[in-house]
Amino acid sequence: MYSKTVIDRFQNPRNAGGMHGANAIGQVGNVACGDIMKMYLKISDNGVIENAKFKTFGCCAAIASTDMACDLIKGKTIDEALKVTNKNILDLLGELPPHKIHCSILAEESIRAAIEDYYKRKEKSIKKANKKVEVDDSNM
Amino acid sequence: MERRIYLDNASTTYVSNDVLTEMLPCFNTIYGNAGSIHSFGRDAMAIVDRARDRVKEAINAQKANEIYFTSGGTEADNWAILGVAHANANRGKHIITSQIEHHAVLNACAQLEKEGFEVTYLSVDEYGLVKLPDLLHEIRKDTTLISIMAVNNEVGTIQNIKAIAKIAHDYGILFHTDAVQAIGSINIDVQDMEIDLLSMSAHKIHGPKGVGALYVKNGVRIDPITFGGENQERGKRSGTENVPGIAGFGKAIEIACRNHIINNRKIKTIREYFLEKLKEKVEYFQVNGHPHQKSNAILNISFYGIEGESIMMLLDLAGIAVSTSSACTSKSLLPSHVLKAMGISDEIAQGSVRFSFGTNISKSDVDYVVDEIAKVVAKLRAISPIQAGRL
Repeated sequence: MYSKTVIDRFQNPRNAGGMHGANAIGQVGNVACGDIMKMYLKISDNGVIENAKFKTFGCCAAIASTDMACDLIKGKTIDEALKVTNKNILDLLGELPPHKIHCSILAEESIRAAIEDYYKRKEKSIKKANKKVEVDDSNM
Repeated sequence: MERRIYLDNASTTYVSNDVLTEMLPCFNTIYGNAGSIHSFGRDAMAIVDRARDRVKEAINAQKANEIYFTSGGTEADNWAILGVAHANANRGKHIITSQIEHHAVLNACAQLEKEGFEVTYLSVDEYGLVKLPDLLHEIRKDTTLISIMAVNNEVGTIQNIKAIAKIAHDYGILFHTDAVQAIGSINIDVQDMEIDLLSMSAHKIHGPKGVGALYVKNGVRIDPITFGGENQERGKRSGTENVPGIAGFGKAIEIACRNHIINNRKIKTIREYFLEKLKEKVEYFQVNGHPHQKSNAILNISFYGIEGESIMMLLDLAGIAVSTSSACTSKSLLPSHVLKAMGISDEIAQGSVRFSFGTNISKSDVDYVVDEIAKVVAKLRAISPIQAGRL
């Protein structure tokens, strides 16, 4: 049913666990379908993904897919990471049964969700900074 | 050496030596077609007749000719539902069943719906029991059949079969029960329980796969769903008799029913030991099903915060075979229809695993299994975004 790589990644995930100091966290999926994936990223100021970790509630394929997704985006720039698709994940995993393909799609989405979170946080911090500047101005 | 432990006896069981011994001569010594008139055929028919007697005795049917051999539980269920619905269509086209039936019943009902029948799927309570007031409420003038399983295959809950049969008969409705998981687990007496049709399977009780039977009380109108030779199974079920399988089934059901009390006691001890150990080593789980009106052989547990298939896979890698009905094993992606009907949330239903015990499990096996479960659960919880303690 599962390839050796899938079983290996499921049994010994390389990137499992949360992350202290993550500046981008994305969560996708829902329990009704059986999978929730949470992606934690540490992105440097110049937009390079320095580290990627995950937490997944789900089956063997879901855990293996997110683990592989982390590997695929580590060391890449945001733009490069956004180009990663479920096809890339599947290629590295070997193969998934047809009804498990959605796990790889969800893993792809988790990358996007985390990056979206990164931009949201950035926007917030810029707004905050601007506000601070305004406040400082009025005090003068 | 790698240890292998089988805790999936509700899926299937090994063929016992006694059963195998009963079957072997039927492959190459008594190989005649039971339908042939010559001595080879008569010898084979004698085997079939003896098995039929054994099944009759096991479920206390009035006559042996009320037992019809089939290819297994699924065919027995399909035939009971479709055959009775078709034969009694002139009286009405309404069937009542429950939401927690096996798919052999549910999908036969779905087929009837396509044919223009109406089917009511009764809900169940939190323990998986059909609510009798609901049943009474749903009975109509055109209801011809009520089909409720005796023991649920996922959670082990035992239905109030006798009461349901009584209600059915009060309204002149036929009653079928899927007893595939019940045989060998609870005492079945079709006369005392007033059962009109009862499905059985051999491979759940240390018999061979591919054989089962439907009990049809004499006088019950049922159409065939197989067409062929008219003298097989009294014209009701065509196809050359599976003599080795039937012989094995007869022996298996005889042993299962003879030993059911002693086996149950053994299995109950193991189950209780298992739960006790599990409570010592693992936090945050629940047992699904009825607290006492249940089969001891089936233990359905939801581990909070993690998903069933990944538990099953990690246990499998440790040599332990269990089963899950969670989303990921089936192609539907939806959680178990049984747990859902019992009102269990998706989150908790997704974390369910079924352990089903046989008599050959020792306490040391249980110790090993529980230790492995504790490891597996801790490992998966460490990488789960859902906190088990918060459910």
